Amino acid sequence: MQLYPVVTQITAIWTNFLFHTFTTYSTICTRDSNTVYCHINLLSCSYIYQLMSFYINSPLSCAVVVPKWLSVSSGCTLALLRWFSSFHGSLFPHLTVSCMSSEDMLAEFSQVLNWSDCVVRAFAWHPHTDKFAVALLDDSIKIYNPKSATTPTLKHRLQRSVAAVQWKPLCATALAVACQNCLLVWHVDPCSLSTRPSSGCAQVLSHPGHSPITSIAWSPSGSLLVSASPMDTAMMVWDVASESGVPLQRVGGGGVTFLSWSPDGSHVLASTPSALFRVWETRMWTCERWPCVKGRCQSGCWSPDGSRLLFTVQGETVIYALTFTDTPAGVPTCTSKGSQAAAVVADLSETTFNTPDGDIIVGGEIQSLAWDPTGERLAVLLKGDPQAADRPAIIAVFKTRTNPIFELLPCGFVQGEPGTEPRLMQFHPNFQHGALLTVCWSSGRITHMPFYFLSAGVPHFGLSGSPSLPRPQERPADFAKQSLFTELMS
Amino acid sequence: ETRTTFNRGPQRSFECMWRDMGNAVASIAWAVLLLPPITAVFVIISRFSLLHPIQAVSECLSFLTSASAIFSFILLCGVIIMVGFLNLEYYTVIPTIACSKIALLGQLLHPRQFVNSLGHCIMGIIVAWCCAITVGGRYETIADPCAQGDGSPQMCLNEYHLILLLAGAFVGFSHSLLGVIYNMNYVSFHTVQQYKYLRFKGSLSLVLKCSATQALYSVRNYIVVYFFLGKWSLSVHPLDSIAGLLDLSLLYHLWISASFLLFTWHLTLLLFRVFVTEVYSFPVQSSFTEDAHQCLPTVLTDKQPMILKFLALLDLALLSQHSPSRRSEVFSLSQPGGHPHNWNAISKECLSLLADLTQRLIAYHDTVATNGRAKSLSTGSERKTSSESSGMFPRPTLLMKTPASVFARSIVGCPQSPLTAPFTPDLDSPFASPALRRLTAPMDQCSPWFGTVQSPHIMRRVPKLWSTSTGEKSQALFADSQAHIWALEGLSYLVQSSFSEDQFGVVQTALPSILSCMLGLQEAVDRHFKLPHASSKPVRSASSMGDSTHKTLRFALRATLKTSIYRITTTFGNHLNAVKMSAEHRKRLQQFLEYKE
Repeated sequence: MQLYPVVTQITAIWTNFLFHTFTTYSTICTRDSNTVYCHINLLSCSYIYQLMSFYINSPLSCAVVVPKWLSVSSGCTLALLRWFSSFHGSLFPHLTVSCMSSEDMLAEFSQVLNWSDCVVRAFAWHPHTDKFAVALLDDSIKIYNPKSATTPTLKHRLQRSVAAVQWKPLCATALAVACQNCLLVWHVDPCSLSTRPSSGCAQVLSHPGHSPITSIAWSPSGSLLVSASPMDTAMMVWDVASESGVPLQRVGGGGVTFLSWSPDGSHVLASTPSALFRVWETRMWTCERWPCVKGRCQSGCWSPDGSRLLFTVQGETVIYALTFTDTPAGVPTCTSKGSQAAAVVADLSETTFNTPDGDIIVGGEIQSLAWDPTGERLAVLLKGDPQAADRPAIIAVFKTRTNPIFELLPCGFVQGEPGTEPRLMQFHPNFQHGALLTVCWSSGRITHMPFYFLSAGVPHFGLSGSPSLPRPQERPADFAKQSLFTELMS
Repeated sequence: ETRTTFNRGPQRSFECMWRDMGNAVASIAWAVLLLPPITAVFVIISRFSLLHPIQAVSECLSFLTSASAIFSFILLCGVIIMVGFLNLEYYTVIPTIACSKIALLGQLLHPRQFVNSLGHCIMGIIVAWCCAITVGGRYETIADPCAQGDGSPQMCLNEYHLILLLAGAFVGFSHSLLGVIYNMNYVSFHTVQQYKYLRFKGSLSLVLKCSATQALYSVRNYIVVYFFLGKWSLSVHPLDSIAGLLDLSLLYHLWISASFLLFTWHLTLLLFRVFVTEVYSFPVQSSFTEDAHQCLPTVLTDKQPMILKFLALLDLALLSQHSPSRRSEVFSLSQPGGHPHNWNAISKECLSLLADLTQRLIAYHDTVATNGRAKSLSTGSERKTSSESSGMFPRPTLLMKTPASVFARSIVGCPQSPLTAPFTPDLDSPFASPALRRLTAPMDQCSPWFGTVQSPHIMRRVPKLWSTSTGEKSQALFADSQAHIWALEGLSYLVQSSFSEDQFGVVQTALPSILSCMLGLQEAVDRHFKLPHASSKPVRSASSMGDSTHKTLRFALRATLKTSIYRITTTFGNHLNAVKMSAEHRKRLQQFLEYKE
């Protein structure tokens, strides 16, 4: 029996108004140990931790009282039940999401808040340069580049209901667009003066049954593209140059809604419309199943080194974390083994704040997460309640640290002009002086919010496509005296 | 050192042969193991009747235990083993691309292909006989007792049995022909690595669909042929009439028999492909000299056999991407001596592969530019001398041959073109004989072959049959580009990780040559894609067992090349300004540094 209690101090201080610190003991078991505790954990990832966080103070006390045969048999029954229920979803994915039109489905599973009436439907920074692409409500895409006077507009007859756009890493031209019925890969020459690239510049990738596409992700090495559709139980892995796709199918879940490729390229998060998500390792394309208790995985983001995954679950107001540690290098079978259970790292329950404009209630369900490339700022887009004036959608920003222990400290809020709410956010992939958060507002405005700080550690990407050059150590003098900087739009 | 080099040739080829045979045998064994359930399903489908389900099931069970069933099952196993060995004998990792219709015809009439077709015909008949036994009833025997006019019993021909046997031969023959047309013997490697079982499972439904549709088309064609040619004098029930052939039960049995036949063969092919392309991890270095020939640097530099070289390159691409410990072995220095032998061998081989492709592209571009008269053939024949074939791997050096075919007839419509011109594969094959010469000689314009030529204006053009499409020639140029793609990936990932992992600076010394090689290739590829049709996308054939990966290899190569250069430029950034290179390359590199390519 191997139990390694690792004390992880998870500090969640929810501003001055809600000063709330709690410490949990997270337990990491090795996979080969067949202890009762681990067994249960394997079956229900976050269940124990939920129990632990909310009802029981010490997880270790609950780990030993259950007789082994009882836990094993009940565990098997539970697994069987889970398997059957997920099978239902995979056999009839249409039943799970049948009542929705494909527009509704896109709105439901998009990372954008209220996608259907959003002026900016998708946004993507180029991973290496200062240009970005914006998908608009009229299904056109515009590319803005500070170094170029032209703003190319991309239109294609198949480019409808754009759910996501992403630039290909290690490439200057290719932009992947997730459309209603297909996947488009545009090749936009940065030196071209044309403002309307012809539809001949776009590759069309489609697979029967694979629509609408709600999420796409390029591998950081730029070689592969994965796409997901809630109506297709298979996730497609595309070799874009040769326009061939490999469907990766697994039983359970029914469809794939959201994808996120870890920055080091080793894992892909794939969430499904049911209470289950998968983490694929990208070497032999095998996956780990992670059943959730309550709802589907709504959003997720990876730490820059790919070792930690933060995710949120629909219907819950907490952020979970999973860690993935690399095995000794050179083992050909499995690249990494993860932890056995997800740990709650932040509780974002509703809290009332007194502001000059009156009381507002902040907290609740989470729409999306974004982690900056240095791993020092985490932005959380909270849904709020559109009906209630005092419950606006808002972005909460945390300071994060991954070494030596994972820490999450509140930093501040980002709020828009009166009457506007944040819909979509993304960090700039290589901002030199800290982190730069780009937010798209319901008014159609796009703002860039810089967070100036001195990076504590040089991130080591190893295999990722990002440059592993040292970040500039010198800091402009005028920033030197500034403490942590948060811009409040008001 | 000299002694070991001298000795290891035969030993190595034996080991390679053994490894390859092992994989093939494993795939055949799996195919044989899968045969019982497939046959059982076939028995049930062929004998099932809606009206008497229970009776049908009991009949199936009693048939499955009968002696004839066991005998036919043994025959089927024999066929599967034979198909497996034909797969092994005919497969290639570099596709044979026919640049023109006549070249395709040449491939189809090649003696080797003839043997293949004959083999498939015979095996088709055997499988069809087993099917006839399985279906039973009126199909079971070849001779039926029939009463003559005078009342004496006599044996007559049972045409139902015969039509099934001939259908087997026809389907087998057409399978073999389609194999050539769709390059079914080409084994491609996947970009997405998966375990064997998952790859097999993923392709199974596709194989089933392909078999059923191909069987449908084959049966349709067969019925038409039979309608015109199937006249048997001794038949009880003559079937060569429309009414006789439009018997639904007959058509159904023909179709499921053909589907069963094709499914078992395609399954064997699928298993073979899955096993033979399985990733193999070569040791980077060995502490024992007798194992040196199995190490990655040595295997990489070998020309023979092609499959092993491909596997080594794939392994290089994977290790450079995923395995820090194996990378450190690549960057390590020899003890004693302190030479980076591993890195030198690997980088040299990769660079020579890339330089070879660059040369090929430049030469092709030059021949197109100079109307294809000069030096094109000399390039081809020069390369050809290096080719030799071993018994095990029948088409080993197409790598060298493909360009020859491309250069041979680079200018479309030159009436004085050399005789052997339009033939893609073996210029030295027995087919390049007087018969061939007659075929390939410049045709008289009033020959019946070209009766459609009407006006002198059109006559000036070369007839369609002869003309080669630029797209296909472009395909042929890049036929072996999977090797170049892995070489590019391997090199670029190694260079990228050398930024933090290379302790002795072994990669730095090679950086200028790697960069100039890649940039040179980039220039050549750019120029090639400016040629007409080179960038036109091929039409995809969706449902066939043939692999069309080779049609898009040039696009994959172009994308990988750009990504590889970007991988190096983003890692090293402005440090690259210190690398010595020509002004032309400097300019290109600057484009990459500014993200303008």
